Amino acid sequence: MVFEIIISVLLIIGGLFILIGSLGLLRLPDFYTRLHAPTKATTLGLGSVLLASMVFTYKIEGYISVNELLITLFLVITAPVVAHILAKVGFHHQVKMTANTRNQELVKVARVRGKPQNKIEE
Amino acid sequence: MLNIAVIFVGVILCIALILNLIRLFLGPNTADRILALDTMYINSIALILVYGMHSETPLYFEAALLIAMLGFVSSVAFSKYLLRGDIIE
Repeated sequence: MVFEIIISVLLIIGGLFILIGSLGLLRLPDFYTRLHAPTKATTLGLGSVLLASMVFTYKIEGYISVNELLITLFLVITAPVVAHILAKVGFHHQVKMTANTRNQELVKVARVRGKPQNKIEE
Repeated sequence: MLNIAVIFVGVILCIALILNLIRLFLGPNTADRILALDTMYINSIALILVYGMHSETPLYFEAALLIAMLGFVSSVAFSKYLLRGDIIE
């Protein structure tokens, strides 16, 4: 019974976090704000669902399985990498920002400085 | 109680997947579409895990791990293609 309560609470917290992340992906105004919602909220929600799955395996099989920890570790490592490289894509393709983004005059300098360097061939 | 919670979370995850799909169709530019696809694979990992809990087998973790790795690689490949015009130089 205690296990069931723990599993249910973890599952519902995880599902709500994932729903909030997807809602943010749909509702927020521009690309850079939309980048925040899924990469943080959804990763946290999936971590919670994986914890619930770990407790569930312990309840059913009687041992603690390491697979879920592996998936959590992998996602925690890769989610910021994807977010960073997607932000670079948006910056490179000059995706429009909302009007009240601060320090917009720095965009020009940053775009020159962050341009991918070509290979030295000449 | 556990059965109700599992079905409830499954319904929530399906709603989240539909929201991502709307963004995937709607997205004004390609970066938004890649972001929606990235979120969709994370949500489908969660859905596979919940389905594994529903049917009480630990067989689905390998599928989840596989989707996690392939999804990461595909997101990075799309982004590299948009960024440089080439994936492996």
